[in-house]
Amino acid sequence: MIYLDHAATTPPHPEVVKAVGEVMMRFYGNPSSLHRAGAEAQRVLKQAREVAARALGVNPAEIVFTSGATESNNAALKGVAFQYRDRGRHIVTTAIEHPAVYLVAKQLEALGFSVTYLPVDRTGRVSPDAVEQALRDDTILVSIMHVNNETGSLQPIAEIGRRLARHPKVLFHVDAVQGFGKVPLDPKGWGIDLLSLSGHKIRGPRGVGLLYVREGVKLFPLLAGGGQEGGLRSGTENVPGIVGLAKAMRLIHEEQAAKPDHFARLKRRLIAGLRAFGDRVLLNSPEGDDEAAPHIVNFSVPGIKPEVLLHALEEEGYLLSTKSACSSKKDEPSRVLLAMFGDEERARTGIRVSFGYETTERDVDGFLAALEKRLPELLAWMKG
Amino acid sequence: MRYDVVLLRYGELALKGKNRGQFENRLLANVRQALADFPGLRVRRAYGRLLVELGDAPFAEVAERLGRVFGLVSFSPAVRTPLDLPAIQEAALALIRSLSPAPRTFKVAARRSVKNFPHTSHELNHLVGAHVLRNTDNLTVDVHEPDVELAVEVRPEGAFLYVESLPGPGGLPVGVSGKVLLLLSGGIDSPVAGWRMLKRGVTLEAIHFHSYPFTSEQALEKVRDLARVLSRYGGPIRLHVVPFTEIQTRIRQHVPEAYGITIMRRFMMRIAQGIAEKRRALALATGESLGQVASQTLESINTINRVVTIPILRPLIGMDKAEIMETAKAIGTYEISIRPYEDCCTIFVPKNPKTKPDPEEAAELEAALPVDELVADAIARTEMETLDWRARDEIADLL
Repeated sequence: MIYLDHAATTPPHPEVVKAVGEVMMRFYGNPSSLHRAGAEAQRVLKQAREVAARALGVNPAEIVFTSGATESNNAALKGVAFQYRDRGRHIVTTAIEHPAVYLVAKQLEALGFSVTYLPVDRTGRVSPDAVEQALRDDTILVSIMHVNNETGSLQPIAEIGRRLARHPKVLFHVDAVQGFGKVPLDPKGWGIDLLSLSGHKIRGPRGVGLLYVREGVKLFPLLAGGGQEGGLRSGTENVPGIVGLAKAMRLIHEEQAAKPDHFARLKRRLIAGLRAFGDRVLLNSPEGDDEAAPHIVNFSVPGIKPEVLLHALEEEGYLLSTKSACSSKKDEPSRVLLAMFGDEERARTGIRVSFGYETTERDVDGFLAALEKRLPELLAWMKG
Repeated sequence: MRYDVVLLRYGELALKGKNRGQFENRLLANVRQALADFPGLRVRRAYGRLLVELGDAPFAEVAERLGRVFGLVSFSPAVRTPLDLPAIQEAALALIRSLSPAPRTFKVAARRSVKNFPHTSHELNHLVGAHVLRNTDNLTVDVHEPDVELAVEVRPEGAFLYVESLPGPGGLPVGVSGKVLLLLSGGIDSPVAGWRMLKRGVTLEAIHFHSYPFTSEQALEKVRDLARVLSRYGGPIRLHVVPFTEIQTRIRQHVPEAYGITIMRRFMMRIAQGIAEKRRALALATGESLGQVASQTLESINTINRVVTIPILRPLIGMDKAEIMETAKAIGTYEISIRPYEDCCTIFVPKNPKTKPDPEEAAELEAALPVDELVADAIARTEMETLDWRARDEIADLL
């Protein structure tokens, strides 16, 4: 089987698996315990925090480990909303956020906050002008994803951060789950106050992630209890998972440095192949390097239920997704594609191919051949 | 711009005759040590400068390391060309073009230490400046307040072009001033004192008094972490961990509470002096500053000082807490120091410590204790370890 669904999750790196196992065996102490085993676990945790911080270019004290990006996003949005509710109750986000931001915004609306959902253009991008224009006196938070999980669309985070620097009372949260390790990211340089990451998108363990919280930013903690993670996230630390996350962050950085144009090459090859299908295939992901991350390519095949195409390709040995894995079981048009194109049929028939560093050009060619083999028969079937 | 080399400058004040050679040798060795883990990087001496040939090493990381090498006054990332005018002109143009934001005004400041180069400095200013002007738009020369000053140094090893000088930490190269033993607690002050001593060029070793089980393993780990941070400035640091529980227990049993801290500190000084003699350190250093806490009155310092003959250096003596904290934050020890574990100085704190202890009274109280025996025993059981921020332990290997 050729796995082309890295935006959904990634196969864990063998070295990460090894490290997680070793930590489980050897450093089982509770980091809060005062005895030697506790002190050792504390030391492991401390070093993992340093490695994670270095990979992000931030200070170790600014890292809060969580159970994953969903928790990080919830902690960021609700944490800011509840902490600063006396300052204001307006939040700005986009129409194409992952459900872990989008549905949190909806929850906050139900709790009396007001949310502006910014539209995107046909490249799936938000305009920095629109962000600035959406700000009000009572705006407390802007939350914008770095790389869209369905189309790879790359938001102008650096530019938005630069604009928001003129509004010091507005905090800036970035869901960076899909971009980290694949496209450049600079939390400090880009004026980001809060940033979410997830382990399992970068060949780390699932069930572990982090939230970068810039020094000076206060959050109302979602989880109260033993006061771990500087009181922001109580609960005994998942030390093995955290080590796995930190190690995965370090490893993917090394791969990023070693193979800077890996994804761009694969994407060019895939897009050239898709073009050969003419108007049977609509390319949804933008092509420009500054418009989209290169490891996600989304296209629609109007007239074919995407699940059917997916299963046909699986029979040929290729695993991929319709829209985002988190919402692919719902039979509705993709909210993201709808926001980009306003076309129901196109938004209902999206297919996503996403690469990892271990994906090869042969995999891409094989996938295109499989598509070429199955597409005509499926189209004929649907029409018949 | 991809830089080839870094030019390092060091102070020449107070350097005469033999001292200068020793200073330079030590600085060269320290720079080499700070950059030892970059394969392909070379450090060499070059007429009153040091030269780092970067190889594949990233300048940003090298610069961060150089910012911690005492004795360096400033350094400049530079492009090196052969001693050939067209090559210098091309490099100058490429360097100016690479700047972001693009400068509006510039000037060339050429210097040559190779007198047989066919153009004088003055001619070079014109020749290089004119070439840049001809090949750029929206750029003019301003000799008084240019946005960018492009330095061109013509030296035997080649021509060096650069536009910026980053500040070094100053001070003297670690290792030129002899060895000092630092009393390192887990607090905010003593690491700052250690850093200040390093800046004066001493080789630092550290001593810590560990009162297990009254203080925890975490408290000792905190001290190790502080020593690791100091090792970023001065190379690997030897830490002497003194088992101090026995002495603290005896003091508690036999000495009135108000005198506890005074006598504890007198024991510390005696033990530190013993370790210093063994290790051939010529002085002790502490983080004391006058008037901060009960044990830091002049009377107290005087009483504590009486029991040893070795000099005790107190680099923070005249500093305010705010200044010390500022330095601690800047050198990266503050976050470690504020971790909430007790050390030997914070357990057994009496309710009413004697702020004006008397040396004679202290001596009389100590008569109840076998002082020499306790000191000799603590010294004998002291364990030495070496801390280096770059050393990888088994945990680092997991990550």
